Amino acid sequence: MAKKRSLLRRIGLLACHTGLMTGALLMVMPMLWMLATAFKPPTEIALWPPQFLPTDWTTANFTGAFETAPFARFFLNSVLIAITSTAAVMLTSLVAGAVFAKYRFPGRTILFGLVLATAIVPFEAYMIPLYIQLVDIDWINTYQGIILPYLFMAFGIFLMRQHVSSAIPTELMEAGRVDGAGEWWILGRVIAPLSGNALAAVGIFAFIQGWGIFIWPLLIANDQLLFNMELGLTAFQFRFSADTGKLMAGSTLSVVPMLIIFLLMRRRIIENMALTGLKG
Amino acid sequence: MLFCYVALAPVLALFFYVRIIPIGFSFLLSFYKWNLISPRRPFVGWDNYLGLLDDENFLLALKNTTIYSFSTVLLSTVLALPLAVFLSRKSRLSAFYQTVYFLPVITPLVPVSIAWKWIYDYNYGILNYGLSFLGIKSVAWLTDPDIALWALVIMGVWKVLGYNLVLFLVGIRNISGELLEAASIDGASDWQRFWRITLPLLKPILLYVLVTSTIAAYNVFTQVYVMTLGSQSAPGQAVRMLVFDIYTNGFQFFRMGYASAEAVILTLIVLGLTVIQFAMVREDKVKEG
Repeated sequence: MAKKRSLLRRIGLLACHTGLMTGALLMVMPMLWMLATAFKPPTEIALWPPQFLPTDWTTANFTGAFETAPFARFFLNSVLIAITSTAAVMLTSLVAGAVFAKYRFPGRTILFGLVLATAIVPFEAYMIPLYIQLVDIDWINTYQGIILPYLFMAFGIFLMRQHVSSAIPTELMEAGRVDGAGEWWILGRVIAPLSGNALAAVGIFAFIQGWGIFIWPLLIANDQLLFNMELGLTAFQFRFSADTGKLMAGSTLSVVPMLIIFLLMRRRIIENMALTGLKG
Repeated sequence: MLFCYVALAPVLALFFYVRIIPIGFSFLLSFYKWNLISPRRPFVGWDNYLGLLDDENFLLALKNTTIYSFSTVLLSTVLALPLAVFLSRKSRLSAFYQTVYFLPVITPLVPVSIAWKWIYDYNYGILNYGLSFLGIKSVAWLTDPDIALWALVIMGVWKVLGYNLVLFLVGIRNISGELLEAASIDGASDWQRFWRITLPLLKPILLYVLVTSTIAAYNVFTQVYVMTLGSQSAPGQAVRMLVFDIYTNGFQFFRMGYASAEAVILTLIVLGLTVIQFAMVREDKVKEG
């Protein structure tokens, strides 16, 4: 009886693993299919039945993509947007988070409440008025206009506040004050060095978000020279939708940096996403 | 105290300019008729909202978006829960599976939408090829708007599954092992333990995941734009979704007031969902207390 039960258990476990493996395969399949297609010559792309791996590996799609559209420029724009946004979000989250966590001043509760309450409102719901505001100050079709909404993150402020209020002892700040340090010095030399992990979490979020922004550049960037990868890819798609190989090569260029970052920091990213998701 | 205000000033100025003012402005704008250029901006009262009630495109968008959101969330939750239960047991492969299932969560939407579009391709798509082994005839995944909605759901589940999985996993690991062990000593089966202990204790996280992913799903846009809009495989037969309709009214037809009214509806839906979540969590706490 006991033997039979353990055999059943083993079969069950095997079935579970088979299911998980199949699922895992389905998860990576779209990315692998994109990669494989990016290295295929046109004759192998329009092929029925389709073949998964290329027979004649070629990099022609990549060089071709760079020739037909300014993908190098798109890529640089993406890098620029993501890095500026990440740096700004980290800075604004640190300052605002620390102030909300450790200082008492009139308006604190209301202001922080406002940050939290509006965090839930989706960007898509107020992009029209924001667009009109930027028309008024003539920032349409500029880098600063594209980046502006991504310089702070309500969620980042929230996260830093949580961290500073729970992990940074007020006595340490007091000790600094007794030694005659100013508040900015305390912020930069006491709070910031002790907030590495939380800041990294905020930075990762900001980078992932900044790299993938699409609808805002779609509205505000008209000049091709301002396009990020995401926008450049869609523009390319509509103009050369038949050129699947180049399209996949371009898509690969947009995905690979994220994949590298993810694989290097996967544990941290997954843990952060899970924990921060739950705190909210 | 002066330090506080000085330090906060730049952040708050930015916060007001890019969030508070536009949110307020969008409510205001929804009562006006304006094409962005004209110096005339007449007040039209509730006309934009009344217009929405008769607008087939808007109603279709609302319906499609609702179907999309609820299906995506429901399917991804139902799939993620058993996966999380299984992966919560300590196993060397658990970390590997987490990484793989989480991969789609961090990949940018435009390139993966392009990849999925190629998967769904009628003539050369690998999905139709796979289905041909099961004796299923080629499906026009993206050309027929009714089917395209489900094509979007499938991709939506693929994208969000790993996120739900990881959240559930943390929740399950936080459930005390002693409780589960005690139940097993008392003779509870795996199923009983899941239904009687794991699931009830997971309820707050479950609620959180359900609500936040529904909200996220209501904002679906990029996939719709990339996969179903005016390319050769789907000429202009985009699947109507809420944000897509806002985009079309606002930036193709320049009906700023009208599009703002739609945006206000979107905000209200999101707020409504959030209120429901809070109410349910509170109700739970009251019961426990």
